[in-house]
Amino acid sequence: MTNGWIDIKNADMMLVMGGNPAENHPCGFKWVIEAKRQRNAKLIVVDPRLTRTAATSDLFLQIRAGTDIAFLGGLINYTIQNNRIAKDYLLNYTSAPILVKEGFKLPEDGFYSGFDPASQTYDRNTWNYAEGGDMSGKAVAATAPAGDPPQQKSSTAAPKAPFPPPLMPEKVAYDLTLQHPRCVFQLLKQQYSRYTPEMVERITGIPKDQFLKAADLFTSVRKDGDMKKVATVIYAVGWTQHSFGTQIIRTAAMLQLLLGNVGRAGGGVNALRGHSNIQGATDMAGVFDSLPGYLKVPDPTDKDFKAYIERITPKTVKPAGWDSFNYYSNTPKFAVSFLKAMYGPAATKENDWAFHYLPKVDRNYSWAQIWDNMYRGSVKGMFAFGMNGVAIGPDSQKNIEALKKADWLVVGEIYPDETSEFWKSPGIKPEEMKTINTTVYRLPCAGFAEKDGSMTNSARWLQWKNVAVPTPGEARLDQDIVAQIFLRVRELYKKEGGKFPDPILNCWWPYTTPNNPSLSDLAKEINGKALADLTDPKTAQVIKAGQQLPGFAWLKDDGTTLSGNWLYCGSWTEAGAMTQRRGTDDPSGLGMYLNWAWSWPANRRGMYNRASCDLQGKPWDPSRRQIWWDEAKQLWVGNDVPDFKADSPPKDHMGPFIMNQEGLGRLFVWLNDGPFPEHYEPIESPVQNLLHPNQSNSPVVKKLKTPADKYGTTAEGFNIICTTYRLTEHYHYWTKNNPMNVQLIPEPFVEIPVELAQELGIQGNDKVKVTSARSYYIAKAFVTKRIKPMTIDGKKIYQIGIPIHQGYRGIQEDAGRDARTILNRLTPTVVDPNAFTPEFKGFLVKLEKA
Amino acid sequence: MPQTLEIKAISGHAGTVPGHGASRDYDVCKLIDVTTCIGCKACEVACLEWNGYSFTETVFDNSYQTMPETAWNYWNLIRFNEHENSDGSISLLMRKDQCMHCADPGCLRACPADGAIVQYANGIVDFHQENCIGCQYCVTGCPFDIPKFNPSTKKVFKCTLCSDRVSNGLEPACIKACPTGCLHFGSKDDMKELAEQRAAQLREQTSHKDAGVYDPAGVGGTHVIYVLHDIKNPEMYGGLPANPRVPFLVKLWKGPVKLLGGWAMFLGVVGVAIHYLRFGPKDAGHTTGPEDKNERTKS
Repeated sequence: MTNGWIDIKNADMMLVMGGNPAENHPCGFKWVIEAKRQRNAKLIVVDPRLTRTAATSDLFLQIRAGTDIAFLGGLINYTIQNNRIAKDYLLNYTSAPILVKEGFKLPEDGFYSGFDPASQTYDRNTWNYAEGGDMSGKAVAATAPAGDPPQQKSSTAAPKAPFPPPLMPEKVAYDLTLQHPRCVFQLLKQQYSRYTPEMVERITGIPKDQFLKAADLFTSVRKDGDMKKVATVIYAVGWTQHSFGTQIIRTAAMLQLLLGNVGRAGGGVNALRGHSNIQGATDMAGVFDSLPGYLKVPDPTDKDFKAYIERITPKTVKPAGWDSFNYYSNTPKFAVSFLKAMYGPAATKENDWAFHYLPKVDRNYSWAQIWDNMYRGSVKGMFAFGMNGVAIGPDSQKNIEALKKADWLVVGEIYPDETSEFWKSPGIKPEEMKTINTTVYRLPCAGFAEKDGSMTNSARWLQWKNVAVPTPGEARLDQDIVAQIFLRVRELYKKEGGKFPDPILNCWWPYTTPNNPSLSDLAKEINGKALADLTDPKTAQVIKAGQQLPGFAWLKDDGTTLSGNWLYCGSWTEAGAMTQRRGTDDPSGLGMYLNWAWSWPANRRGMYNRASCDLQGKPWDPSRRQIWWDEAKQLWVGNDVPDFKADSPPKDHMGPFIMNQEGLGRLFVWLNDGPFPEHYEPIESPVQNLLHPNQSNSPVVKKLKTPADKYGTTAEGFNIICTTYRLTEHYHYWTKNNPMNVQLIPEPFVEIPVELAQELGIQGNDKVKVTSARSYYIAKAFVTKRIKPMTIDGKKIYQIGIPIHQGYRGIQEDAGRDARTILNRLTPTVVDPNAFTPEFKGFLVKLEKA
Repeated sequence: MPQTLEIKAISGHAGTVPGHGASRDYDVCKLIDVTTCIGCKACEVACLEWNGYSFTETVFDNSYQTMPETAWNYWNLIRFNEHENSDGSISLLMRKDQCMHCADPGCLRACPADGAIVQYANGIVDFHQENCIGCQYCVTGCPFDIPKFNPSTKKVFKCTLCSDRVSNGLEPACIKACPTGCLHFGSKDDMKELAEQRAAQLREQTSHKDAGVYDPAGVGGTHVIYVLHDIKNPEMYGGLPANPRVPFLVKLWKGPVKLLGGWAMFLGVVGVAIHYLRFGPKDAGHTTGPEDKNERTKS
């Protein structure tokens, strides 16, 4: 979240899309209700189904699954056409005035400039800012850039190494009149001029009058140029789980920048994270392509630490006369401190901070790839802790087939789950079971109430929790198991040597109880400490060697500091665990609670809060004062921790988005699939893309190619759109083991529109069979009026929805009161090209009575 | 009588006593703002856990609703209704169903067992199962179809408004569990005011021009009140009666008939007394008439 849960209460307008917080985040949803009750805030919900969130909304629109960009693009177009933009904000805080390089082309035909069909990637050279200076008023002719046609000519070329991302010019060209045809604003305007209300209706199925009602309501916060009101956008995995998920979120971010809603109390773009600590998992590099604190992973081209640091440290870029903090220029400090935490005394200046110990990531190792590699036989074993890989999918049957080929599987769980029992999944006969040679080790782990540690919530708060009950039986803590495996592997390396034992032998393991490290030891190491006496030249404050660091401003690139994650520096200081604080004072009344737990970065609760003020440093809305410029003190002060260079006066015109090298909110970026989001159809879609029928899907999305990877089409009879979701009564695949939850929703079901049920002669509670190109799923019919048939470009289309929760292990499953199929047997293995999230929302199926 | 620990005076305390002037009636009330209920069922689980009921097997029935009706061991149920509005749009209505704790409780009126149903001064209507004779007259007496019979123990059960918690100064378990603040608990006056404020807000600020407070007069008002989007149409929330009343037969039986019965008994006694005074005691030994002999022979 750019903001936080409690901050939602400060909103005047709320758009919930790609999420269902009333059902999946009921405790956080109280702040939506609070905004409605206390501020008369309006709630707009856009979803394929009328959910329990929609039930409390002021306006609900039923959208075709996977057409979110068309809807949001329509909102952007409406905002510009009806002059609901936040002019000063847009001009000064975003990249709107910056000029884009010549040769850049918009995707009227489905392709941006630079597409290479052979590798299915883009050469992003033209997706960049243009060099130059002030071009204000110097636009020669207000014509659209011609650009090149898609580079079909290179289709015969051999696949090459991935194109490097473009480097920004230091002196960018800009036009403060926003009139230059190549300025970001004009390009954006042109891009979304195609997303007319009529086009939105044809693509999304939302009738034009309803769309206009929602567009007018949402953008009404900027009616007549008023800057006081604020709108928020709230989303979850309903946006991320598409083959263009990252781009949906970008569209929302662009809309919010156009409306001046980012950085402000009650605004922002707010991701609701699914698990209690999933934010912590991403912060601590739970993904293959980042190190803790979102440092980029080294790749094979980084021949040494210097090359690596040069590649990952952004250089300051800005329009002349503007200032840019470019906080990531501190990257070397974060990286060296991280290497000191990893390898301790073995990381020295002389040996490049042991950079050569770090694995170099040569290709994609994301979730779907791991399973694909196991299916192909190159991954031989797997540790599965705290997740149920078979049930998670996508394409659970492929994952089961993959596990059959593995040598070993270690599962750490509190229940026997689908993954640890893949070898007796439904359909496997006893004779086949005998042929499965995978050795499965099932380790009893600790449940959440049996371990301490901090959890990082969606609002970026690190909150420490205590142990509530001891672990039962032989169950052990995760770190106990992992530490013992590590120590024994290290012993083996010591005894037997190996190809490259140094990283293992020199891994810094300074914990009080090495075979079962306490999480407080780890949390302190993650925060970081001084390895030599440090003095702040400004304040003369001294941190003695061995002391905990008070914040990341103290980190050094000379090996005198250690920090496992620079973003978490400040969470466990000499004053103790900030994560354990429970102060409830909130002087501003904005719900900041600065003394409750600790929030990254630097305990600030709302990110980019410089943007909550006008150019002079005064809050846009005096009733919601986050920070402001104090002329007397010559400092930024306020109710929150300023997310800005504290002593940079407004006249210096420093950009508020200090983590971007140009300091501006980006309306134009170089993702892998396009600098502006464009509507593409899901990989399995019942219709052609109306914007460019010859390029329906995103051209950079690749289908996987094993025999298990099948993709359905309407020609084969797969013509119903299916989406998947979670219920408030259950938590993933866990609570089917808990009697209380099972009682509330005892059986799997499929939500089917009344009209479709009538067509197929299906009654409520009938058993139905849903079939995709991959497999089938059996459950009871939930015939409902809450999903209506849709008209997509004149064609009648049905959508159905299936909750994810059941499988073949649980109270009902074990008692034989359930069909024992896993929902994710239906879902396709196809992923977003930026975040590698699978497309669980919106694929094609057939439906019949079972 | 609830022990509310209302503060009367505080030593060494400057200014007014906290809460001074606020309504501190002993009438308790639960307010359910249906317009902010998200159907999460936290109240259902809290009710089960507090009252010590465990898992019962349920069956999916074309709804998110846990079971069709409340049960003797399931007192709190969110009712889900897909309501079709006049413009063709659909509303998903979620209403927490439980005992309404009527000021004029039909169950109590109907109950013939001494001490089986008790109405406290704070408005809570409580069943004391040790005195219940299992006749189920209370079931007939309730206009909301709340009391439920346990066939194995032959006793009737329902929501107690957590009389055990409330008498110790705590809110009912459902209130504590509610994540959105759709449930409130306090004095009837305070809850009524809060409910009317919310209904007025809905009428003025949203499209719910018929929003209102459900506190039906037919049962003397209730100690559980609702804010509804549409007060004119409470039936759409899954069987919430527009004008609930204690059933006529119960009223007749426990009113005029009971009175008549009382009078009949009294008159009977009076008649017997007059008969006694007029004819004196019956002398069994004295009657040696032929009919008596016949009677004896017959038997």
